[in-house]
Amino acid sequence: MVVLFVIPFVTIARRGLTPAGWRVLSDGALWQTLGFTVAQAGASAALTVTLGLAPAYVVSRCSFRGRGTLATLITVPFVLPTVVSASALLAVLPAALHRTTLGLVIAHAWVNLAVVVRGVGAAWANLDPDLIAAARTLGATPRAAFRHVTVPVLRPAITAAGALAFLFSLTSFGIARLVGGPAHPTVEVEIWRRATQSFDLPGASMLAVVQLLLVASLLAWWTARPASPLHARRTNDRPARVRDLAVAGAATALVAAPLVALVARSLRPTGSGWGLDAWRALAPSRVGNTVRPSGTSIGASTGASTGASTGTSGGAGSVATRLVEEPLATLVTSITIAAVATAVAIVLGVAGALAIVRLGRRGAHAADTALTVPLGASAVTVGLGLLVTFDTGWYDLRGRWILLPLGQAVVALPVVIRLVLPALRAIPADLRAAAATLGASPGRVAVGVDLGLARRAIVAAVGFAAAVSLGEFGATSLLTRTGSPTAPVAIARLLSRPAPFQLAQASALAVALGLVAVVLVAITDRFREAAVF
Amino acid sequence: MSAGLAVIEVSVGFTERVILDGVSLHVAPGERVALLGPSGSGKSTLLRVIAGLLVPSHGTIAWDGADLADIPTHRRRFGLVFQDEQLFPHLDVAANVGFGPRLQGSTGAGLRQRVGEMLDLVGLAGYERRRVTDLSGGEAKRVALARSLAPRPRLLLLDEPLTGLDAALHDQLAGDLAALLAATSTTAVHVTHDPAEAAIVAHRVVQLGDLMNGGA
Repeated sequence: MVVLFVIPFVTIARRGLTPAGWRVLSDGALWQTLGFTVAQAGASAALTVTLGLAPAYVVSRCSFRGRGTLATLITVPFVLPTVVSASALLAVLPAALHRTTLGLVIAHAWVNLAVVVRGVGAAWANLDPDLIAAARTLGATPRAAFRHVTVPVLRPAITAAGALAFLFSLTSFGIARLVGGPAHPTVEVEIWRRATQSFDLPGASMLAVVQLLLVASLLAWWTARPASPLHARRTNDRPARVRDLAVAGAATALVAAPLVALVARSLRPTGSGWGLDAWRALAPSRVGNTVRPSGTSIGASTGASTGASTGTSGGAGSVATRLVEEPLATLVTSITIAAVATAVAIVLGVAGALAIVRLGRRGAHAADTALTVPLGASAVTVGLGLLVTFDTGWYDLRGRWILLPLGQAVVALPVVIRLVLPALRAIPADLRAAAATLGASPGRVAVGVDLGLARRAIVAAVGFAAAVSLGEFGATSLLTRTGSPTAPVAIARLLSRPAPFQLAQASALAVALGLVAVVLVAITDRFREAAVF
Repeated sequence: MSAGLAVIEVSVGFTERVILDGVSLHVAPGERVALLGPSGSGKSTLLRVIAGLLVPSHGTIAWDGADLADIPTHRRRFGLVFQDEQLFPHLDVAANVGFGPRLQGSTGAGLRQRVGEMLDLVGLAGYERRRVTDLSGGEAKRVALARSLAPRPRLLLLDEPLTGLDAALHDQLAGDLAALLAATSTTAVHVTHDPAEAAIVAHRVVQLGDLMNGGA
């Protein structure tokens, strides 16, 4: 864990805090990027909260047919790989909004809607209706009761959900890069651009340090915030009225539209008329190749899209040619790498959680705080950290295949620990003592008692870690240099081409990747005992 | 029709069972009526119907002869003291007690004075800045009572307001409550399952069962 977490961050700091790095700080463009990043995150969070409150109420308080389905549907964008979300939004948004700030803000709101609906909805479900009744008997109109009681009581939950939406928008990479576009880079996109395209590692590292400070201060406030004063009493939901059903319908349309548009686009290989050509072309060598764009045109557009990346252009060109010939292979690559990443994340995460529990109360708070940092530290920063750490000496892993699953494992690790730790903490200490008095060694206790009792949580962690690794795009974007690209990288490359067939193929691949991720989460979600965030 | 509260042939039925069946009750201005009945007999339901929080399937609630069917809860000026207080957890004691007067347009010194009076009345002078989550059980009940009385309701509904207190505190508060309601000449319907408490607080004690189907 030290090797994967601490050393990379220290190395980033060492790389960034050099004269070359400091020079970036005096660059006006940096502050502009930083200002834009914070502003778009603020706008995204505001829009997410605005759009999410009414559905949060309807999903948590009204009873109607299809309510469970709506609640699940709203979480789909949140668990989708970011490139899949980006593909869906590019499919539904009019071209005029592509690569614009407004498009970026809408995209973030769509992805993070579940954060508000779930977070505020949980608080709303626990809000005792008699509290509102009390206000009404004191002379409050329904509107006054909402303003003076409901909103203030829910405020901690609303603030928390808004802050999470802000954090996720601040550190989002896939959406920012693919929907936001290059004209308005966020800090994340700029780190990636400097690291992979202008080879400005000191500059990228300095930006990562700035980003880390920003996120750390946000998380410090987050962990220090007081607990909600909510006094809970679960009560009956009331039957939905017409207005509630209208909200439910609007939320369904809002969430479903991009998904429908994505599927539709995958079925329109020429931009007009319908067909399965894009799907068939996912594995042309197996099904027979009817529609294959010429290799040379792909090579040319790859060169244009990756711009100044002279160092990798040769390799990237050949990779891109292969990817378009057999995009399905990228899915296989993704699954293979995700399997290794998941194994690494589970072994390290479970071992880490066991260690934290054994630390007892002394280490608990420090461990909790330390664990939230990688949650907020962006995947791009993780990728950059591994890149600058493992590029010298005997542990030079650059270009090695293993670096990619290692990066994904680091990104998935906090999720694993957050899922497993509460299950281990719930085990009474006396149960371990009893096992010990029966002759179990500490190792036997860990396996027989801890892992045995936490097995459901571990199964859930496996599923979530696999889903995270499968869709991982931030660290992957920095660590993919050679070999076959993963599906998210392939989708991003295909999306960068304006031709209808590539867009259809990107959409088809995105649908496939999205399905795998959603099914994985759906299966393992029932084993989950703790919240992921 | 008579002055004060009139409950006329009120029935409440949820899907599978009837809670109230043709309940009638008159409460004259200034009168304090205690409503007795075992738990689950529908006493709280009746209070909710009177307060306008629950719409009866049949029957009429009237005040001074006027049907209240179209008058929403917040315009009935009927206070309700909840069994579990329902103090607003995000507001301090003063803001809880001042909630009603503020909605009536009271502000500044006038509001502070009204809150002070009410806290004085329930024996909690100086509690203005306390957090309601830090109050003891008895204190919370006193604050709930002060909050309900603050907007000068024309009728006070009390739903087992003294439940959950230890015996000594319960008896003391029952005496205090009776004195307080008498001093403010508040018209009240007091729901309880404790006959002794009912005798202390009320002028008249009725059994809910006797009110059904035109009884009493």
